Amino acid sequence: MLASHPFAASSAPFTLSILIWLPLALALIVNALPTKYVGRGAALASLLPVAVAITFVANFNSHNPGLQFVTDKVWISALGIHYKLGINGLNVALVLLTTVLFTVSLAWSAVREVDRPHTYYFWFGLAESAVLGAFLAQDLILFVAFFDLMLIPFYFLVGSWGSGDRVRATIKMVIYTMVGSFLMLAAAIATGVIASGDHGTGINFSFSALQHLPLSRTDEDWIFLAFALAFLVKMPIAPFHGWLADAYKAMPIPAVAVFSGVVAKVASYGFLQIVLPLFPHAAHHYQVLMLIIALVSILWATAMAFTTDDARLVIAYSSVAQMGFILLGIFSLTPQGGQGALLQMINHGVVTAASFFVVAAAAARAGGSEKLADMGGIAFKAPVLATLFLIVTFANLAMPGSSNFIGEFMILLGTFDSHIVIALIASVAVVGAAFYALRLFIRAMHNRVGGRVRSFEVTRNEAIAIVPLCLIILALAFYPQFGLGKSQASLDVAVLPAAALGGHVDMSQYATLAAAAEGRSIHPPISEVSYGAKQKPRRVYTDRKTATHRKAVHS
Amino acid sequence: MSSLILATAHIKGPHIDWAGLSPIAVLGVGALVVLLVGLAGQSEIRTRVVPALALLVLAGAIGTEIWRFTHAQTIIAGALRIDDLALIVDLVCAVSAVAAVLLSWRDDAPRAAGHGEFHALLLFSVMGMAVLISAQDIITLFLGLELLSIPLYILCAAEYRREGSLESGLKYLIIGSVGSATLLYGLAMIYGATGQTGFNQIAQVLAGSGPNGNLLGDPMLLSGIALVVVGFAFKASVAPFHQWTPDVYEGAPTAITAFMATATKAAALAVFLRFFDVAVISEQTKWAPALAALATATILIGNVGALGQTSLKRLLGYSGVAQAGYMLSGVIVGTRLGISATILYVIAYLLMNIAAFAVIQHQQYASGDDRVSGLAGLGKRSPVLGWSITLAMLALAGVPGTIGFIGKFQLIHALVDGGYGWLAIVLVVGAMISLGYYLRVVAAVWMSPEGAHASIGASAVAPGACAGAGAIAPIAGGSQEADKLPYPEVAFVAALFAAATVFFGVIPGPLFHLASHAGAALTSLF
Repeated sequence: MLASHPFAASSAPFTLSILIWLPLALALIVNALPTKYVGRGAALASLLPVAVAITFVANFNSHNPGLQFVTDKVWISALGIHYKLGINGLNVALVLLTTVLFTVSLAWSAVREVDRPHTYYFWFGLAESAVLGAFLAQDLILFVAFFDLMLIPFYFLVGSWGSGDRVRATIKMVIYTMVGSFLMLAAAIATGVIASGDHGTGINFSFSALQHLPLSRTDEDWIFLAFALAFLVKMPIAPFHGWLADAYKAMPIPAVAVFSGVVAKVASYGFLQIVLPLFPHAAHHYQVLMLIIALVSILWATAMAFTTDDARLVIAYSSVAQMGFILLGIFSLTPQGGQGALLQMINHGVVTAASFFVVAAAAARAGGSEKLADMGGIAFKAPVLATLFLIVTFANLAMPGSSNFIGEFMILLGTFDSHIVIALIASVAVVGAAFYALRLFIRAMHNRVGGRVRSFEVTRNEAIAIVPLCLIILALAFYPQFGLGKSQASLDVAVLPAAALGGHVDMSQYATLAAAAEGRSIHPPISEVSYGAKQKPRRVYTDRKTATHRKAVHS
Repeated sequence: MSSLILATAHIKGPHIDWAGLSPIAVLGVGALVVLLVGLAGQSEIRTRVVPALALLVLAGAIGTEIWRFTHAQTIIAGALRIDDLALIVDLVCAVSAVAAVLLSWRDDAPRAAGHGEFHALLLFSVMGMAVLISAQDIITLFLGLELLSIPLYILCAAEYRREGSLESGLKYLIIGSVGSATLLYGLAMIYGATGQTGFNQIAQVLAGSGPNGNLLGDPMLLSGIALVVVGFAFKASVAPFHQWTPDVYEGAPTAITAFMATATKAAALAVFLRFFDVAVISEQTKWAPALAALATATILIGNVGALGQTSLKRLLGYSGVAQAGYMLSGVIVGTRLGISATILYVIAYLLMNIAAFAVIQHQQYASGDDRVSGLAGLGKRSPVLGWSITLAMLALAGVPGTIGFIGKFQLIHALVDGGYGWLAIVLVVGAMISLGYYLRVVAAVWMSPEGAHASIGASAVAPGACAGAGAIAPIAGGSQEADKLPYPEVAFVAALFAAATVFFGVIPGPLFHLASHAGAALTSLF
């Protein structure tokens, strides 16, 4: 019966471990090349993880809300920490996005001179491995480990290859982020220890196991706050964004593209994958607080993006505003809002990376200055660059027809369902996005020709990064279902426990989905059934009838 | 004092199990041999054979420690307990001493003090640690403490022509003596209250099964425990009894600083574990809050103190204070999990600190000072050393993928499990503050302009050379060629220990296994 099950397990020619560690391994291999070829080698080699990620996406079963391609090994047996990886609807598109953005960034670096290239590409490889690990980890401690590890390469990339006051900026960034993530570490350990203590089970940190070991309300509250702080700093959301301006100013362009594109998304992904399913009561309890934080962040960042004189900071603040929208969607605690947030993560990942590259191209024509005052009139001699810039701009301001529009629309729809006043105020900010995005485009591309501007058409060195991203933006605009279809089933399972507390959803729908997701994780495929049957069922709230029924089906 | 002597005088020639005693005996005999060989006239023998012999003795000690593993026994009429907890910490001290011998191989300190004396004192100190760690009787405890401390007072002042070294030794002598005296007074009070010297007997009296009835809450006993806490706190540099630490660390020869920072601290924490979690465990409700307050103060004071330091040795001194606070938190919970967490962190602390001190020693050879800014461009000049100190710093900060992360993880685990969740938060806050200075060191290694080093190196050599006849400056001479790894043994120590921090950070299984043995050693706990 299981074989023809719509939620049947999917298989892929590779394991997820290969996907995670391939970038690091390739970076080490490429390190053996002579200095001249390291960059090109790294960029070409980075196509391999993209290919591996594509095989996973292609083999992904969209109807199955549970984990697929699971790797589960014991890492530290004394502590019950597992090396557990898996793909579900929440991370499948983000994994592909990660590999693509890293390839594009490496291509951008490869056609430019880089000081100490061996170390530089090693850090990029480690960064890609760590980001993929954070997306794929299905064990709380493993996730925290990758989440922290992710930061180390960027510490060095900013500190060694950055510009301006780079050392100060990088230390500030690391301390800000680590403050959150150390608290998250303590909270993660507490989750496992308290859950196992309350329920008398062995200590375990895997997401699926913890979901069945609910914490008491008071514990859930402080643990939620620790996780939320870590993620809000990383996203970043105002008022936890203190590191953002300095770090984004100092980061080398390829690094800032992936940092803003995918590294920041790990945090918003963490809300969906970890916080909502594991701490639904606290998520419901703090819903309004989080929505207000999101709203403040959106409004404040929109105002900043509109007033700053620095092209790169316009993009930086616009991404704070976009992350605010994503947070809004997540904490609308409705399936639509969550869908929109997830779609927007992908859209924004592509758009923000493309924006940073475009700004770098514009700065190259304005005598290296990223000040808006020094730009202007670039479009006259660079119509193709202007067109690409326009595509990015329209996507950024969520023009109807773009995928961003669909994302923002769904987020607002979800928020309307739960908190209409907040949704109304947030819609105003959608208009604000048009103001700052168009202002950036007009000040850079049109207006009077800036004093130091020497404009020229887009070069091959620039097109190598900007064109693929623009193509992806167009593709997403025509086919936004790419992300939506794959994620829906998993997303409903993730959001519904918290949503049910707010009374916005029909629980009968959830029961079917949850049972489907459970079916995968509790009752393993036929080959392992005997092993699975011996285990004491961990579910706490299964009523006896369904449990016995299911056992009967399996035997 | 005389009553103490009388109390032990009636034990007529206790049976000595030489096999059980071997980890300690090897060190004692070896130290005497090293001292005698050091009297040889030929300088070749003194400079080469003596250190090699010292390494051999330490290898013998390590060998016997591994041999006696899992053979827990109480020897010499209950004075010493050679169990897995003791053997693991003995091992930590011995490995630290090996590193100290290698780091001082061409240092000035052994030459100034005489090679035989220097190495013999080092071995005696290790022996003192072994006695202290195994002590199961308050008299043995005090003997071990003095045997560990007195050689260290001398070793700190080994470079007696250098003002800093003398100052360091004198300071350590005075403060250490105050600490010892306080401890002795406390031990006397505990003896006075319980009438027993053995840890287990004291525990029995406190549990109410002794002849004097229930003593819990007895003021004399509590004052005794408080004084013992202070005495131990001096040794483990727990705030507010830590003020000597940065000064002594800065002045002492680097190899000795490395040894003190790791081995002394390990021994002091082991004795914390054995004394508090065996002898006076029944009074846990009284001493645990006090120790928790000390640990909190230590973590915060150590980390904040390190922020402003420019000397690497002082920085690591303050960082060591903070780390002592972390380790102390494992003692407080008084569970097997807590003990194994402390032991795990002691091992982690050894690996991380020795790697860092090896790089500092290298920098002192090369440029004559230990300023953070002196590390500028190290990553480019010598990637091995650059990576070593980078990994050591990241591990000390608790970055995942390193042993520091695993150690902090297990400590937080033990704290949450033992009902001290708030102390776990303090630990985490401490770790956040610590990033401020650890990252500054890493930034200096990789992110400072190359040119900065040359000028700093040149200006720093001059005062170093003037400081004494035996200054190291002539070896390096501030020349750039000198930076190209002319000190293979130092680079080897740095690379080995840094690699170990990563290896055990990724594959911590074996260390967990060891640490759980240590936790199981104290059978009174659960």
